[in-house]
Amino acid sequence: MTKSANDGAFVEFERVQKSYDGETLVVKDLNLTMPKGEFLTMLGPSGSGKTTCLMMLAGFETATHGEIRLDGVSINNIPPHKRGIGMVFQNYALFPHMTVAENLAFPLEVRKLGKSEREEKVKRALDMVQMGSFGGRRPAQLSGGQQQRIALARALVFEPELVLMDEPLGALDKQLREHMQFEITRIAHNLGITTVYVTHDQTEALTMSDRVAVFNDGRIQQLAPPDELYEAPQNSFVAQFIGENNTLNGVIQSISGDRCTVKLDSGDVIDAKPVNVSKVGDRTQVSIRPERVEINKDRLSKDAHTLKAEVLEFIYMGDIFRTRLRVAGTEDFVIKTRNAPDQVRLQPGQQIEIGWLAEDCRALDA
Amino acid sequence: MAQNDSTTGGVMLAADGTPLKKSLDRALRAQKIRALALIAPLLLFILVSFVFPIGEMLLRSVQNTVGTDYIPDVLPNVVVELEEWDPASGEAPPEAVYRAMAIDFSAAFDNKLHTQLGRRFNYETPGMSSLFRKSGRPVTKLDPESGNLKEAFLEIDKDWGRIDYWATIKANSGRYTINYFLAAFDAERTLDGIKLKDPDERVYQKLLLRTLGLSLVITLCTLALGYPVAWLLADLPARTSNLLLILVLLPFWTSLLVRTSAWKILLQEQGVINDIWIWLGFEDRLSLINNQLGVIIAMTHILLPFMVLPLYSVMKTIPPSYLRAAKSLGATNTVAFLRVYFPQTTPGIGAGGLLVFILAVGYFITPELVGGADGTFISNRIYYQFSASGNWGLAAALGTVMLVVVLMLYYIYDKLVGVDNVKLG
Amino acid sequence: MKLVKTLLATSAMTVAAGAAFAEGHGNMANEMTIVSWGGAYQMSQTKAYFEPYSAMNEGLTILTDESSGDAVTKLRAMSEAGNVTWDLVDAVASDAMRLCDEGLAMEIDHDAMLAPAPDGTPASEDFGDMIVSDCFIPQIVYSTTFGYRTDLLPSKPESVCAIFDTDAYPGKRSLEKRPIGNLEWALICDGVSIDDVYSTLETEEGVARAFAKLDTIKADTIWWSAGAETPQLLADGEAVLGSTYNGRLFSAIAEQGQPIGMLWDWQMLDLDGWIIPAGLPEDRLARVMDFVYYATDSQRLADQAKYISYGPARQSSAPLVGQHAELGIDMAPHMPLDPANSVNTFLFNYEWWANYRDDMDAKFQAWLLQ
Repeated sequence: MTKSANDGAFVEFERVQKSYDGETLVVKDLNLTMPKGEFLTMLGPSGSGKTTCLMMLAGFETATHGEIRLDGVSINNIPPHKRGIGMVFQNYALFPHMTVAENLAFPLEVRKLGKSEREEKVKRALDMVQMGSFGGRRPAQLSGGQQQRIALARALVFEPELVLMDEPLGALDKQLREHMQFEITRIAHNLGITTVYVTHDQTEALTMSDRVAVFNDGRIQQLAPPDELYEAPQNSFVAQFIGENNTLNGVIQSISGDRCTVKLDSGDVIDAKPVNVSKVGDRTQVSIRPERVEINKDRLSKDAHTLKAEVLEFIYMGDIFRTRLRVAGTEDFVIKTRNAPDQVRLQPGQQIEIGWLAEDCRALDA
Repeated sequence: MAQNDSTTGGVMLAADGTPLKKSLDRALRAQKIRALALIAPLLLFILVSFVFPIGEMLLRSVQNTVGTDYIPDVLPNVVVELEEWDPASGEAPPEAVYRAMAIDFSAAFDNKLHTQLGRRFNYETPGMSSLFRKSGRPVTKLDPESGNLKEAFLEIDKDWGRIDYWATIKANSGRYTINYFLAAFDAERTLDGIKLKDPDERVYQKLLLRTLGLSLVITLCTLALGYPVAWLLADLPARTSNLLLILVLLPFWTSLLVRTSAWKILLQEQGVINDIWIWLGFEDRLSLINNQLGVIIAMTHILLPFMVLPLYSVMKTIPPSYLRAAKSLGATNTVAFLRVYFPQTTPGIGAGGLLVFILAVGYFITPELVGGADGTFISNRIYYQFSASGNWGLAAALGTVMLVVVLMLYYIYDKLVGVDNVKLG
Repeated sequence: MKLVKTLLATSAMTVAAGAAFAEGHGNMANEMTIVSWGGAYQMSQTKAYFEPYSAMNEGLTILTDESSGDAVTKLRAMSEAGNVTWDLVDAVASDAMRLCDEGLAMEIDHDAMLAPAPDGTPASEDFGDMIVSDCFIPQIVYSTTFGYRTDLLPSKPESVCAIFDTDAYPGKRSLEKRPIGNLEWALICDGVSIDDVYSTLETEEGVARAFAKLDTIKADTIWWSAGAETPQLLADGEAVLGSTYNGRLFSAIAEQGQPIGMLWDWQMLDLDGWIIPAGLPEDRLARVMDFVYYATDSQRLADQAKYISYGPARQSSAPLVGQHAELGIDMAPHMPLDPANSVNTFLFNYEWWANYRDDMDAKFQAWLLQ
């Protein structure tokens, strides 16, 4: 940690574009700046360009246009093996013909470290992932979770300042995955390394990251900390992609400051917060989180608009209740209520009125 | 973990009280029988068409027979009488041996075996074939009771007094013989015991070494040419690689003879390649065919798919992420290839190498057609012995030697590399 | 095994006709498997023998097989397996002798079983010393001789010794990859008279002398193992001089018009003919005998020469040899035994080679390896 970029930028993508066939862009005008020590996740559906970005950073793909900088230095023309970036692969890519210790020693050997130093570092890395006694095994003799730890240890053993992870937990079962999520963030923060993590699992992204970059269609749709991403999605894609979401379509009826009213296609009028709509008459898609829908009219302000709803389905999920409603012409409007002692349990067929705080209902692009 | 009700004296019992092991066996037996029934046709086919003939071949290499009869059964009296006679004495056998021969020879003549006997002995001592043929009818006219049969035989042909002829008969008195194997190793029995033949008659040792040597060169050539092709195929998208794979397999669609002849036309001195060579301004035409080089070129081409296919199927299973991982860990392209990719392809190299080598060792059409004087394989001699000479015993002995050599090489390979490391995909 | 089915006559009428014929000639099988060499040679037999015979015997099916090259091995294997499926086998004389020796071929009473000459000469006399084995029914005389490129040699070779004269006749030679023939030519050209060739070869010095002669052209020689190779090598200009069967050379010269000339000097004569496998069932044997009687009469043997330049083995056939069926040229001058061609000849010495073939072959192979 000798050099420290004074402007805080450690990894930079500047106007990066990537095309494989010369006709379509897989990555369109990507700009991204990461400070040292950050844990950044690239989240997006498959084909959104996130893995391509990671591979360009690792050096396995070349940018068609633009510049990628690491610690202030352009790395566009530096081959992967000279970038000094650690990488964890989706299928771990542990070399099957080497033992665990040999796998870990590999990056040290190619760096021509002495034998004792190698052994020391390998031991430390194995201890770090609590696999100290597994050095003599072959990868095939390990479980998926163990292989994952070894892959992590191997990516870190040569002490890179930047580590890339390409959906590293995709092959694990749910419980192990949650455990490893914690493990990875713990190690990353302890070592203070900068991490770029690629996943299509939003829970993973939200729980692990300092910041999340949501990718779609070759662009970053929103780059923000997890809470902001969830609570203040900048566009309908992000709103849809992150967490569960109710959407209603309509036209802006009035707009004043951070309040607007939307006339839904069903004719109902609701309150919303304008996010990326600008004028009356714009078509919009409003998004409301299921847990932010209020069914107790008393808790809403007097002048708030409400909608009539019919209960279609009530699902008991333990900690929460999930209720599906028919609202303003849609039948998949979902609300979530906490399983509290005073909580009402709605019955199918029941007619209710629902509403929300205007700032929870975001009027986004249609 | 209490197992109270289903355990009696440490034996697990099933619900009906029979030992669990037994009822498991019963349950599995039906499965096993069904499995056996499914493979039975192939098993039978292999037994009848492969194991049995090979066993028969191994036997023929030591059986001392003419046609289907053992020599001691055809010459029962001669064999007994010859026991007393010592070729080293330098004297022709005594009268009793000639009398025995008169009796046995007449019987053999009636069974049309006398010329076959002559041909059989002729394998070891030239000249005996015509002796036995010429003596056919005259010997049957001899009276076994007369006292001077030796003279009578010598009158029919003076060669009946030749000690080396009688020594050959004596050496073949047993039902089994190692003479075919001696011949296969360029050795022979002489009056002074077993010796290597004259250098100008030693062919099999040289041919064996050449066959193995050329096969090794061919295997290495297919590896050198096939490895990059297989790698490319494994790396390309499925549609392109399938198309290219068809090109790799294309040679299989034409007959071996046609392919070999095509190489002749290409490589001969007045052929296409030499014409281009001259057109390029070179003076001397190249000898590319009718020699070892021709065999190597033609057989490398013919056997290439057998190397490419196992390599391809092994490489196909190696994800590109291994190479990327190696590079991300700091390895240059070369190091990544040598330490990470290449070791993982060794099962394919092993499989392809063994396949090509073993096929090459057994080839005979191509070496026969393009081998010229110095490119023939031992298989060509096996074919000659079997077909032209009719010496099936020697053909079998040579075949057995080849089989043993190949098995030995396989064993060494297993010790060095491990057969577990052979993968066809 | 390649079985070509030649179904030659099938109509409702023929069944009755065939049955009537069979009645008159004993019980004859209606199927016959004939084994020959394939190629142009078998075609000549088809034209001269099989087709006319089939036309006379409606309802008969002649199956053919091209396995004569492996006749001894295959017949032996069939016999050991107790299932001989062949009825008539075309074989070279040496194979016929061997099959006869081993009891695999039937002994023939030539006078009783074969047609006499048109003038009444018994068959045994007409065939004469061509009958080299009791089981052998001679058919043709062919020779292994030399062809040369008329346009690539500085002068026309007159003697077989041209093959050893690389100064006067530069270029590659093609010789058969076996000792037979080559050793004889080597000694003849080294000054040994033909009568002494074999006794010379029985001595070590003699063998060394023959190989020493062959050594002089070893670097200039392409070795062939199939009869078609030499005509091809000559046509391609790969070789300027080479040995092969005279029929192959005839077709390259007369039928394909290649610039190749015949060198008949010291041609090695050999015989080819029929053998009948031993132990055929009565009906099949009756059919074969009927066929052989027809197919070996003087006119039929002369007919075969219309299609291929191999000489009929009967003396009485010689004057009957006419013109080539398609080219219309006189065939007599192209026969190995034509007086102009047979000034110097020798007959393939079956007996000597039966004794020494394996021995010489080993020496020959060792010599090739050097």
